[in-house]
Amino acid sequence: MEKAKTEIIVGMGTCGITAGASDIYALAAEQAKAKGLSVKLSSTSCIGMCHSEVLVDVVTEGYARVTYGNVTTATMEEIIDSHVSGNVPVLKYTIAQMPSYGKTYDDIPVFEQLPYMNKQERVVLSNCGFIDPLSIENYISHGGYEALKKVIAAADPKAAIEIIKASGLRGRGGAGFPTGLKWEFCNKAQSDVKYIICNADEGDPGAFMDRSVLEGDPHAIIEGMLIAGYCIGASYGYVYCRAEYPLAISNLKVAISQAHEMGFLGDNVLNSGFKFNIKIKEGAGAFVCGEETALIASIEGLRGMPRAKPPFPAQKGLWGKPTVINNVETLANIPRIIVKGAEWFSAFGTEKSKGTKVFALAGKINRGGLIEIPMGITLREIIYDIGGGIPNDRAFKAVQTGGPSGGCLTAAMLDTPVDYENIAKAGSIVGSGGMIVMDEDDCMVNIARYFLEFTQSESCGKCTPCRIGTKRLYEILHRITEGKGRKGDLELLDELSEDIRAASLCGLGQTAPNPILSTLKNFRDEYAAHIEEKRCPAAVCKPLITFTIIEKSCTGCMACSRACPVNAITGEKKKPHFLAQELCIKCGSCFDVCKFKAVLKK
Amino acid sequence: MLQGIIPMDGLDDILTKYYQTDGSIVSILQDMEGRYGYIPEEAVAWVSEKTGLSASRFYGVATFYGQFHLVKPGKNVVKVCRGTACHVKGSEKISDDIRTLLKVGVGETTPDGNFTVEHVACVGACARAPIFIVGKDVYGKITPQKAKKTLEKYMGGEGNGKG
Ligand SMILES: Cc1cc2nc3c(=O)[nH]c(=O)nc-3n(C[C@H](O)[C@H](O)[C@H](O)COP(=O)(O)O)c2cc1C
Ligand code: SF4
Ligand code: SF4
Ligand code: FES
Ligand code: FES
Repeated sequence: MEKAKTEIIVGMGTCGITAGASDIYALAAEQAKAKGLSVKLSSTSCIGMCHSEVLVDVVTEGYARVTYGNVTTATMEEIIDSHVSGNVPVLKYTIAQMPSYGKTYDDIPVFEQLPYMNKQERVVLSNCGFIDPLSIENYISHGGYEALKKVIAAADPKAAIEIIKASGLRGRGGAGFPTGLKWEFCNKAQSDVKYIICNADEGDPGAFMDRSVLEGDPHAIIEGMLIAGYCIGASYGYVYCRAEYPLAISNLKVAISQAHEMGFLGDNVLNSGFKFNIKIKEGAGAFVCGEETALIASIEGLRGMPRAKPPFPAQKGLWGKPTVINNVETLANIPRIIVKGAEWFSAFGTEKSKGTKVFALAGKINRGGLIEIPMGITLREIIYDIGGGIPNDRAFKAVQTGGPSGGCLTAAMLDTPVDYENIAKAGSIVGSGGMIVMDEDDCMVNIARYFLEFTQSESCGKCTPCRIGTKRLYEILHRITEGKGRKGDLELLDELSEDIRAASLCGLGQTAPNPILSTLKNFRDEYAAHIEEKRCPAAVCKPLITFTIIEKSCTGCMACSRACPVNAITGEKKKPHFLAQELCIKCGSCFDVCKFKAVLKK
Repeated sequence: MLQGIIPMDGLDDILTKYYQTDGSIVSILQDMEGRYGYIPEEAVAWVSEKTGLSASRFYGVATFYGQFHLVKPGKNVVKVCRGTACHVKGSEKISDDIRTLLKVGVGETTPDGNFTVEHVACVGACARAPIFIVGKDVYGKITPQKAKKTLEKYMGGEGNGKG
């Protein structure tokens, strides 16, 4: 039999690298060479199954693409010896196969039919994890830059804007403003110079939609920006990307230079006379710079402070010129809508929320990762069918959406359809797509305190309600978690929250109280237990819990006394240990290390 | 007069590269931070003199953004992710434990100059939370025990570059 040509594709997104993908890649290269195998080694980015990293795909020519999960250096060797050398997949490590590549194997599930995948609809993520983000040819062979050619050939920006309007696409950065309408405003604005800015600041701490798209499909962002630029009449684009995403930035840089070489970017795009160039601006670590007017100030090199609107950026933006600011995911939708049409796009989703939405699923969830769903499926479907439920048999408690501007939704709300209107009705926001699942071990007062600690430190300080108000909110919450809550605190939180919401200048201050308001509404009992009974029901708030050793269960293994940083635990080997409360700093190490459940946390 | 302490060559490049193109103080400071690992007073004085902008303009921007350090960080910058996903996965305890071990607060450097402990808000690897970074090495699904063990690797004087 003729030796088949085989490709090994290693997942080298941020999660993959964190899990050790670089070592796997190096090993595959070295082994292939040592064993004289004719393989093509390449890399791809986030396919969304971040929970199973390191992911490695193997494609034998003419056969299905096979995905392996949780690959270690040892499993990689087995895969090379069996699958790469002899076309026999190592079944115990396979996750799925993709029949579109060729002949299928027995006993490997089909990728699209995995419980994690079968409710997903991949539009924005259609290339992520499949193509090599560093290869423009790969993007083009998957239909890349067709949309740009179509728009330029038609030479009718207004008609292209109509398509975006008809699709019903709303901004994915959080506010959900209709994208086509925003473009139309800017198109109508009279000016010699205009700008398009891609907002890649992804400030929600606990979300990674934009980083995955930038890493995995950077040309889609470039193409989206080119089309936006053509439609509004801009010749310059900026990508404002958070500095914490070095891989996204470096992939984007490569993509920009490739696009220049191929004539998609530059002074004469596709010989049409249209001029368009893109610059990358790295953020400098300020959450408020995700807000559009602050972002503009930051690009201008100033302190990133928001200003009052109007005038909106579409009238007066960067350097005072009309500017459109769109989120990464918004822009990644554009080429797909142009190629496949407004009707195709608006067939996904609900009445007022069209299309799909990418979510970053994380926290207490079995299958965390990056998912894309048609708007309108329920939270339950996301958490249980796609995410596989809560690990370690713990009970679901809440799901946090919308990050620091959002809220916590309860078990009773799990059947809420996920779209802008329904999530808002339930008391949170869709936001940019962060979705953090929490279980019974999470304290909701602690979560509210956590978010306020974040927002009060990120407040730019320009307006008083936000600068001082969020600090006071944080102090009250902190006090409650320390067991020093007072009667009337909850009413005070309610009242102050409403004031801050009403009086703050920008979205940061206006939405900062949301994590409090939603937890106060849905978990008021838990607040009351902290204040009235000085008790933390989830056993999280340190000043309210104690650790004790249950004599009966203690085997005297000494694990706890060795772990204790302050020597609060004493006892002889094989005899029950004793924990001195007055020394204990409640670090919880003894609880974590005890294998016999002999440390009680209450 | 201070130019002997900190090499100033290269700052000229920074100036021509950024200042003359779009006037961005942020970009100048970012390059400075990249070059020295912090914003040295001497460098600000130098740039301020060259540009004719007061030093306070630079400090106004430098203190606004979390990225800039005003004091030189230690040899190994240890970052604990305090994003939401990492928070619910116990990153507060990781930070507490390593700071108990190293006897420093957030943003502080150990007396021997070996470690600086910082908090970051999400590096985008949330599905592998909690995340812990030493220099350029990123560790996922870390436990307090593993974090402490990991630090030991960097204790033998082997530096890992600046954050
Ligand atoms: C405090 C604050 C932070 C924000 N952070 C982001 C962000 O990280 N990314 C983003 O795309 N939009 C963010 N936004 C929303 C932007 O201001 C803006 O609405 C958005 O980028 C517009 O793009 P879109 O219409 O495509 O969604 C933020 C808004 C506020 C008030
Ligand atoms: S609401 Fe907060 S972040 Fe926004 S301008 Fe006011 S102080 Fe600054
Ligand atoms: S909680 Fe921490 S300080 Fe207290 S006894 Fe256990 S290990 Fe020691
Ligand atoms: S980063 Fe690898 S699957 Fe998400
Ligand atoms: S919350 Fe820690 S990596 Fe995102």
